Amino acid sequence: LLVPAGLAADPGPLLQRIKAVGREGAGNVEAAAAWRELTKLGPDVLPDILTALDDADPIAANWLRNAVDAIADRALAARQPLPAAKLEAFVRDTRHAGPARRLAYEWLVRVDPAAPGRLLPGMLDDPGAELRRDAVAVVLKEAQRLRDQNDKPAAVAAFRKALTCARDRDQVEQVAKELKTLDVPVDVTAHFGFITRWLLAGPFDNSGVAGFHAPFPPERGVDPAAVYQGKNKAALRWSEHVTTAPYGLVDLNKALGKHMGVTAYAFAVVDSPAERPVQVRVGSNNAVKVFLNGKQVFAREEYHHGMRMDQHVGAGTLKAGRNEILIKICQNQQTEEWAQSWSFQARVSDAIGGAVPVKVATDKPAARPGEGDGKQ
Amino acid sequence: MNRLLFVLTAALASSPAPAADWGQFRGPGGLGVSPETGLPVRWSATENVRWKVDLPGRGLSCPVVAGGRVYVTACTGFEQGRLHVLCFEAASGKKLWERQFWATGTTLCHAKTCMAAPTPAADGQRVYALFATNDLACLDRDGNLLWYRSLARDHPTLGNNVGMAASPILWQDLLILALENTGESFGLAVDKHTGKNRWKVERSRAISWASPAVIDHGGRPEVLFQGPQNVSAHDPATGRRLWTYTGKGLADIPTPVSGNGLVYLAAGGITALRPGTDAEPPRPVWQVGRLQPGFATPLLYRDRLYTVSSVGILSCAEASTGKLLWKERLEGPFSASPVVGDGKLYLVSEKGQTTVVRPGDKPHVLATNELGETFLATPAIAGGALYLRSDEHLYCIAEKKD
Repeated sequence: LLVPAGLAADPGPLLQRIKAVGREGAGNVEAAAAWRELTKLGPDVLPDILTALDDADPIAANWLRNAVDAIADRALAARQPLPAAKLEAFVRDTRHAGPARRLAYEWLVRVDPAAPGRLLPGMLDDPGAELRRDAVAVVLKEAQRLRDQNDKPAAVAAFRKALTCARDRDQVEQVAKELKTLDVPVDVTAHFGFITRWLLAGPFDNSGVAGFHAPFPPERGVDPAAVYQGKNKAALRWSEHVTTAPYGLVDLNKALGKHMGVTAYAFAVVDSPAERPVQVRVGSNNAVKVFLNGKQVFAREEYHHGMRMDQHVGAGTLKAGRNEILIKICQNQQTEEWAQSWSFQARVSDAIGGAVPVKVATDKPAARPGEGDGKQ
Repeated sequence: MNRLLFVLTAALASSPAPAADWGQFRGPGGLGVSPETGLPVRWSATENVRWKVDLPGRGLSCPVVAGGRVYVTACTGFEQGRLHVLCFEAASGKKLWERQFWATGTTLCHAKTCMAAPTPAADGQRVYALFATNDLACLDRDGNLLWYRSLARDHPTLGNNVGMAASPILWQDLLILALENTGESFGLAVDKHTGKNRWKVERSRAISWASPAVIDHGGRPEVLFQGPQNVSAHDPATGRRLWTYTGKGLADIPTPVSGNGLVYLAAGGITALRPGTDAEPPRPVWQVGRLQPGFATPLLYRDRLYTVSSVGILSCAEASTGKLLWKERLEGPFSASPVVGDGKLYLVSEKGQTTVVRPGDKPHVLATNELGETFLATPAIAGGALYLRSDEHLYCIAEKKD
């Protein structure tokens, strides 16, 4: 396919053809032809491609970033200049997508090694995860230098500054460790905004892992006073559980008893001062579903293949005021020692993992018979 | 004449790359056997290293060599979100290009593995790079993107949190993938020119890291998928299931190998299987529990079968009977599979020690060569050289020419 004469300078139609790629390889042939034409247009179109990344879906984004890399790589090999000033302007413009700005930054640094020193100090609160990470690393290094010079007040201040801006677990843990050596305790659990107070209900049945797909009553709405019929017809009520474990881990084997082939629900209410997009991030070795205000925002049916903070991400919107978070955590019936974990951790974050300022306002569960003496 | 032409054409068409190339996991035909000669015996960090280049990140994926170029994948970034494809000139190690992809699938995995676990495939004109995130890309030899798939977006439950690792293989104009896990689990063939699905066959919902293997079954090509619940054989052109084996003890890491009319499976040690036919089911011929393949795919070479266990027990058995001929204790642990070229077995340990063994009625250790880095990838052999990939570097090892 050839680009008609006169169209070569306008990358718009080529970008549209690339962004039309879909699932299962749809549009690949057309995208490949457009990609080849696009990469012939040279470094002048780099800002256009970077801008196109702003609203590209992940499939198209990989096509586009490869075009940026190919053009820039070939230009440098041919000793052609890159449009450094335009790249820098793009990096500085936080209206653009974080990954696109990071891509522009990396090519800018290739042709202007002084760029990090100029840009990173202003990126500590950057909405792009990778740029912020590098900015935090600079502050962290400076804090370590101050510590090595035995300037404790300045070092503590620098470490605190790094901590405030850090979003990635490894950086947060590193800063917390450094501060601890300077006698400054850090509550990492609070830093990440893990929810530590839940209402729990369970066990419901998950024999033969069928429970993962079964919508037990809490999925139709949570009433803290409700009594459910659980596994083996046991009467189940919501019970309050406050975890003090690091990273907000809730050990359901301890909270609800050791069971296999079961399902639990964890419920929390969070108040948000304003409507905003958020992510509900969950870590668990078990199969999980995540509901935000009654809408399922994540599901994964996988058991005992590993757990990592934030491994599961459900995207949704917090309303101003009361919001309900419901996590479904299913345990299977594997007998291996390493398959006994039944636990989870969850938090509400922004798009790059920063804790969202919400207030946990979960209702107390209803008093059980004989407990209605007002002591709760 | 016509029949001869047909046979030659078919042979060429089914060959994933020219014989001197090493275009996929375990090289030509996935056999782990190279026709190269003059391969090195001894090397060190300073001896017989033709070139050595830095890699941007880890990878268990093996280097592949096709058309004078070496392709390697790697992953970098916080939580491995960056996926790299690199191309080097085989003769000099000069980096010709590098491309990156943003991971679109989960990057959670066991600490030992990483997102650059599957070995790419290359045919001299293109390289096909699959990552544990289920991102799959095809680039031409000059780094032009020809097609790209996010299999994780096509199939949201695909993937596992231990880390996918099966490598894609080329057969004719198809790229065949084993995507076996506890979510959507299947074997898939995509058109190597467009990336579009050509066929898809359901597999058991259980994790397997074994790569697909195309075998020659009496002149009929069959592609095998091995998982912990069964091995199934399919027509590689259509995906039609030909036979299934459901024996006990099937392993989920080593890839099946075949020769002499048998298929050798990691199952209860090693199980030698007579493949099924239209009339008969597959039939075990022998099983030897003392042949322990561990993580490594067995090697069939000159009618003998070699296994190396995770701790480093190299075993040799008669391929037709399973009779154990000898064992040799090597210094492990081992993740990489053994390969052979120039009549020498090369066994790369995780600690970077390569033992060179001349096989025979008794093992003859020719050399142990230290590079002092972590190596989990199986070597490639091409152009009179070995290509060894560590967590940090790619080495081209070759006898120095005066």
